[in-house]
Order: sequence, then C-alpha cells, then structure tokens
Amino acid sequence: MKGRGPRGAWRSWALQIALVALLLAGVAALAAHALEVLRGRGIQSGFDFLLQPAGFEIGEGWLDFHAGQPFWRAFLAGLINTLRAAVPAAAIALVLGTLLGIGRLAPHLLVRSICTWYVEALRNVPLLVQLLMLYFALTQLLPDATEAVQLLPGVWLSKSGLSLPWPVTAEGHWLPSSFEWPERTAFNISGGAALTPEYLAIVFALGLYTAAFVAEIVRAGIQSVPAGQVDAARAMGFGPAQQLRIVVLPQALRLIVPAVTNQVLALVKNSSLAVAVGYPELVSVANTSLNSTGRAFECIAVVMAVYLLLSLLIAGGTNLYNARVALRGWR
Amino acid sequence: MQSTTSRRLASLAAFAALACSAVPAFAGKTLDAVKQRGTLNCGVTNGVAGFSAPDSQGNWSGLDVDTCRAVAAAVLGDPKKVNFVPLNAQQRFAALQAGEIDMLARNTTWTLSRDASLGLEFTTITYYDGQGFLVPKKLKVTSAKQLKGAEICTQSGTTNEKNVSDYFRAQNIKVKTVVFENFEASFKAFFSGRCQVFTTDASTLAGLRNKEAKNPDDYVILPDLISKEPFAPVVRRGDDEWFTIVKWVPHALIEAEELGVTQAGVDAAKSGSQDPAVQRLLGSSEDMGKLLGLDKDWAYRAVKAVGNYGEVFERNVGPKSVLQLPRGLNNLWNKGGLVYALPVR
Repeated sequence: MKGRGPRGAWRSWALQIALVALLLAGVAALAAHALEVLRGRGIQSGFDFLLQPAGFEIGEGWLDFHAGQPFWRAFLAGLINTLRAAVPAAAIALVLGTLLGIGRLAPHLLVRSICTWYVEALRNVPLLVQLLMLYFALTQLLPDATEAVQLLPGVWLSKSGLSLPWPVTAEGHWLPSSFEWPERTAFNISGGAALTPEYLAIVFALGLYTAAFVAEIVRAGIQSVPAGQVDAARAMGFGPAQQLRIVVLPQALRLIVPAVTNQVLALVKNSSLAVAVGYPELVSVANTSLNSTGRAFECIAVVMAVYLLLSLLIAGGTNLYNARVALRGWR
Repeated sequence: MQSTTSRRLASLAAFAALACSAVPAFAGKTLDAVKQRGTLNCGVTNGVAGFSAPDSQGNWSGLDVDTCRAVAAAVLGDPKKVNFVPLNAQQRFAALQAGEIDMLARNTTWTLSRDASLGLEFTTITYYDGQGFLVPKKLKVTSAKQLKGAEICTQSGTTNEKNVSDYFRAQNIKVKTVVFENFEASFKAFFSGRCQVFTTDASTLAGLRNKEAKNPDDYVILPDLISKEPFAPVVRRGDDEWFTIVKWVPHALIEAEELGVTQAGVDAAKSGSQDPAVQRLLGSSEDMGKLLGLDKDWAYRAVKAVGNYGEVFERNVGPKSVLQLPRGLNNLWNKGGLVYALPVR
C-alpha cells in the first residue's frame, strides 16, 4: 500500500468489490440457466432430497448411520470418514516426511540412499496406483475371514481387517464402562473396533505418498538455513544431533509451514481416491446419493462446498500458526 | 480402469454440456440426428457377460448390444452402424441427459424414481431379472437368511446397493456392505476373499461365476431373489417419435418369436407367408413403418439382423451361451413367462 494516498486505496477497494460482484453475478447466471435447462428437460432439481431417507447403508465409520436416516446425515458420515482417514494419514506424512527429509541429508551413505530411493519411488508413481497395489496386497495376502489369525488375545487379522477390543459406553453414561471384544462368527470376526483393509489402504497410501513430498520440503528447509548457523553451532561445541535439534530445525521448520500446508490440503483432497477401494468417504457417499436421486448437480455442489470449506479451514489455521512461528524480519 | 479424476471430469463436462445446450426439443430430433450422423450412439455396460461385453477384437455382443443393433437396423438399415459407448453405473444417466448417446441399453432397472425424476423415459422391458447372492460353497450357506454378520461386496449407485439394505433391514439381519465405485473392483474384491458374499442381478452373477471364478464349482448362487429388476432401454424425455421407435423395435422381435419368424426364415416368411400378422410385421402388406417415421421393412431388417427375441435370448444368455440361464420369466406369455408383444397392427 505504500506510495498510495487514501484515495488510491479507496479506488483499489472499489475495483476489487466490483470484480467480486461480477464474478458472483456470472456464477448466479450460470446456475440459474442450468436450473432452467434441467427443469425444461423434466429433471428434478433442488436440495430438498437432503431431508429424505437415504436408503443405503454406510459400511464403516464413527457416526452411527443406517438406511432410514436422511441424506444430509449420510453426507456428514462421509465427511467424518474423510477426516477419519485424512487425520492419521497427515500425521504419518508429517512425522515420516520430517525424518526422511533429515535422512536425505544424513552423513551416512546408506541412510541417505534409502531415503532418496524412498522419495523418488513414492513421488513418481501415481497415488491411485499405489493405493490399489496396497489394497490388493492386503486383500490377497491376508488370511480369509473364516481363517482369521489371532495376533494377541482379542486382536484378529484377516481380509476383513484388523479387529481390536474397543471401549463401549453403556446407555446413559459418558465414560466407557467396559471393553467389547471381537468374536469369531460364522463368517468373520465381529465386534470391537475393526480397521478394514479399505481404511488401512487409504491411510497408509496417503500417508506414505505425501511423506515423500514433505521430505523434499523439509530437506529444502534445512538447506535454506545459512551455513554460518551450522558453523556457529559447531563453534559452540554442539554435536551433530544438537546442531540439528537446537539450531537448524527450529529455523528450518518455521520456513516450511506454508509449503507443508499445501501438502496437507492435497492429502485431504486426495482422500477422495478412496472410492476406488470401497472406503465410504465423502465422495463415495455423494456418488451413491447422486445415483439414487439423480441430483447430480446438487451432490457435486455439496462435495465442492465441503472440500472448499475444509481447505479454507486448514489454510486459515496454518496461516495463523505460521504468523506466530515465522521469524520476525523474514516476512 | 478409468481414474476417478477423469470420471469426475467427465461428469462435470456432462453438466457443462447440459447447462450450455438450448432447451427446445421437438419431436423427431433424435431420429434426424441419428440419420444425419449415420450411426446410432448406444450406451452399454463396460462389460457384463451376456448383456454387453467386447471380445478381444473389440466386437460387442450381448442381449443389450443386440437391442442396439436391432434399432440401428430398423432406423439406419444396417446393424453395424452402432457406436457402442461403454458407461458405468454412475455415468449412464448423465450421458443420456447430456445427449452423448441416443439411447441407453444397459441392464438398467426401471424404477419409479428414475422414470419420474431424471428427465428420461424407459421404453419397454427386454429382460426380467432379480437380485441374488453369490457365496463360496465352503461356507455351506443355503439361504440369504443365514448371512447374519457377513460382509457383502457390491457396486455403488445401483438398485442392488439399496435392495440389500432394504432386504436385511426387513429381515432384521445385520450385515455389512463394502461398496465399490467400480464394478470390476467390487467382484475382484469378492473373488479375492475380501467379502463372503457378492450381490448383483442374478443374470450377472451367473456370468461372473463362469467367467471370473478360478473354479466356478466353488461358488453357489443362493436361491433367494430379493428384488424385481426389469431391464429396459432408456431414452430422453421430450422426443416422442424416437421414444416410440425404441419402444417398438423390441416388440417387433418378440412378435417375431410369437409368430415363429426366425433370423434364418425371415426372408421366406416375408415373401411367402400367408399369415396377415407376419405380412404386417415384415412389411409385405400394410406399411407399419411409416407410422414410426421409418420404412416398411423396419421390422424385417431388425429380425434379419439379430433374430427374434427367443434367438437373442438363447444366443446371449440362454442355452447357447456361457451363462446357461433358464428362460424363466423371460419366456413368452403363452409359455409361462412374462414376455408379451404389443400387437403390431
């Protein structure tokens, strides 16, 4: 804003507002025309279907959902399933990515080569291919559900996934009162918490894939710390680990927040690939809804709005964080 | 396998096309467009044995494919002038709405909500099916009622997905569905052992068991059919002339079977038959084709191209096919089935 008087600022604001208004008018005109065409062809439209019973089941998730409940709740269950996959995947990506990024600069040749190979391999194969490979590996290699293996008491592994004892809350209580143990039934293992192969495949595929990109960002961040800082640390008598922990990483990790934010955003959006392996996340639920109602326009609009909101929330949150941690004078 | 992204782009493109195209649709527009183009764009499945599947040379065959060919023969005079457009369950209606295809012949179940809300019109039932269950024999299941706690693989966006949930809710049996966007992924997951049960229309189950299972005898199709699945070709609303044509071509094939006119015998019947019904159908007396906006040989060419309904059934899904399905409900009305030609007169 420097070099502009209050009048110049006013003019620039007016221009911005006019542009936004023009854009919104354009979108509204397009939507109105689309609706007119849809009506002209006898295609039902509108969001009223969200209140009607969905009529399909959602195989897994944290939100208890059954077919008699309305579509909006199905979308909510899908969104929660998206987060249920994206959050642990992001944790894997950040932790593993940081370690790999450091490892790529390690003085030890073997460590350095392993990290380099990991990054190159994972970064250059499409995520969908990795996801399908992981999923087929899980469902081909694990034993059939009827021949599930017991790893520990109450822990079963099979093609139906990993079943664990899980705390359950009795009616009217807030805190869990007992554990539900998985049990063998006629076909498979049921009860407790089950991590299905679909869920494991999407969490690990997303996490391992994104880790490769995070690793590159971390490496760039470390390399951007001036060599003088390392020399200074050495002069203070710090060993290599201390140099990294006390001097280099605190400076490097602050720098990379915006770039890593982009990776987290990409990870959340990439979770939509889970439909390929049958994990019921937001896009999968929207697809099913689209097909049972024919409201393609509306279902896609909901998906777009939800991803937009998620992205803005993540970007907003990390921007706040970035503003706090960024080095003064570096902005 | 198509990527999810490209599929999503395709559906977005369909909406864009829908949004940008002009509204007015006058009768006969589709027929004119098909004639001018010289090929019929026919939406089919991307591979369901017996209904529509390409062979290694890219030749399509199946009951739905023959419906497309019969329409092309009636309208364009040549059953080869069909451009088969493979569509998955999610794409099929949008493709028809947006005008990418002229008709959809893709084992699609005729339901009220689809009929009334999609701006589409179902023409005539070409196959009566029902939804069934495929299970490994070693589980020793003999009825769907024993499936408590089982995991069931199926495809999203189909009537199958909803029927399963309705059926087991009504029976008060808890099952778990694993739903795939892609049909191939859904049955591959089942045959790899991910699910203990696979569900879709019984005719498709038969095809899958014979084509995809390492040993077909390891699997059984349960006797329970949990739904009615009448398959019918679909066209866009608002083009009555085209709707009437796509409705009457299958009726002509059924009428031919009722009258005993076969693919091999159609020429002799056309020139020699004294039966007024045969003469009317094949255009050797009255000109029924004119009423449809076609010529009088329309039904003759359709039968000559694919045979009568019984021959189409036998070749694609019946005794002469790998599916070996019994005629059942798809037999003629006077032989214990539900197939009944509206009178061609």
